[in-house]
Amino acid sequence: MIDFNDLDELLFTIQKQFDYDFSEYSKASMLRRINRFMEINSMTTAVDLQFELINNPKIFKEFINEIVVNVSEFFRDPSFYQSLTKNIFPYLDSYPKINIWSAGCSFGEETYSLAILLKETGMYDKTRLYATDISSNAIEKSKKGIYPNINFKDYSKNYFECGGQASLNNYFISDEKNSIINSDFKKNILFSNHNLVTDGVFKECQLILCRNVLIYFNDELQNKVLKLFYDSLPIHGFLALGKKESLRFSSVYENFKEIDRNEKIYQKIK
Amino acid sequence: MIIIGGSAGSFNTILSILNGLDKNFSVPIVIVLHRLKNYESSFEDILRHHTHYIVKEVEDKEIIKNGIVYTAPSNYHLLLEENNTFSLDVSELVNYSRPSIDVTFESASAILKEKCCGILLSGANNDGAKGLKRIAENNGTTIIQDCQEAEYKNMPNAAKLIYKYHQELNTKNIINKLNNEYC
Ligand SMILES: C[S@@+](CC[C@H](N)C(=O)[O-])C[C@H]1O[C@@H](n2cnc3c(N)ncnc32)[C@H](O)[C@@H]1O
Repeated sequence: MIDFNDLDELLFTIQKQFDYDFSEYSKASMLRRINRFMEINSMTTAVDLQFELINNPKIFKEFINEIVVNVSEFFRDPSFYQSLTKNIFPYLDSYPKINIWSAGCSFGEETYSLAILLKETGMYDKTRLYATDISSNAIEKSKKGIYPNINFKDYSKNYFECGGQASLNNYFISDEKNSIINSDFKKNILFSNHNLVTDGVFKECQLILCRNVLIYFNDELQNKVLKLFYDSLPIHGFLALGKKESLRFSSVYENFKEIDRNEKIYQKIK
Repeated sequence: MIIIGGSAGSFNTILSILNGLDKNFSVPIVIVLHRLKNYESSFEDILRHHTHYIVKEVEDKEIIKNGIVYTAPSNYHLLLEENNTFSLDVSELVNYSRPSIDVTFESASAILKEKCCGILLSGANNDGAKGLKRIAENNGTTIIQDCQEAEYKNMPNAAKLIYKYHQELNTKNIINKLNNEYC
């Protein structure tokens, strides 16, 4: 097990050797992820870990996959998606073409959920969804769009709580173990690698979703990334954060209006 | 800081403890309670109504202040940072739970060491046992609810099984101890 003292040194090494900058991530959660990784791989000291990371590229890849938290769900927080369809979709629908950015898309659950709702409201065909993540593994998985059936009971429940009209299964083809998203949903979605810490404005979009990513950053980094979102939005564009994240401490707070305080949906007003 | 972990059958005990504390009890209290996801349960409202405390569901990177009772939001793990703030985390369930009591106990113990006080109440699972042991190993204070008194004794009992030196107290004695030592 490593402690806070080992952490800074380790992150410094990772930055120097591999060009991944985790120095402004939330320390508590970083520490927990790293210790979890070490436990799974039977490593006991910071020295063991550093040695493996530097000498074993496969281990390094696994390490990155493990410390960024790729946990997600279809229609996570149904009340959020409800608010989005009710308060934001009608506004977006007034555009001839819609661009949406889902930043930190994990394995694509959030992006495909959004695509399904856009489909149901007849807006999918004129929308381009840009979904990005730091993790190449996550991007590969997102592109495949294959999900284990065991989770679908929860997903269907979420979907109905969002007000879903059809059956979620209609949008997938399943075998006994897994379900794959209908290929129609891949047409208008572009999955790609993008690091919010080091990469710049991705594309101007009328709606940006970045949910449950900022919690892994310290407040300075949160502030920087929020500034990046501000720069990526046109005036009147929307920003949606995770349920327990907020703009409150950020320097761009004044430039946004709260559309739904509980669901953390904001609109850029200046 | 005092961290109370509870699951099935712990709600009324939490209420009694909060109501039993001296009016000028100001050490921050954190409550990690298992509850259903996606339902905005009225837990915080009930606490607000029935105690004199300021009750706050934790927001990410919030600064920890005296005199406040904090609750872990459902569907997030709750962690402590070195700079006296909270962090939230949506990673995998631990012991089938998110928030997991183990996660908060372990994280708090790493920061607060001997200043950490963990209390584990009634519950039907094993969450909290490992974390409470960690607090004890870092010389913090550890209390489990009297297994006779707990509505579901599994949780305090699991803690006792892996570490036998926790203080096992009923609600009244938990209150007395907190008032004597933290007030
Ligand atoms: C907990 S998931 C959130 C998934 C989804 N948005 C949700 O709310 O369910 C966090 C995601 O952020 C990604 N992430 C972490 N650091 C990042 C960075 N610097 N740039 C882009 N994505 C990042 C992780 O790889 C992970 O997929």
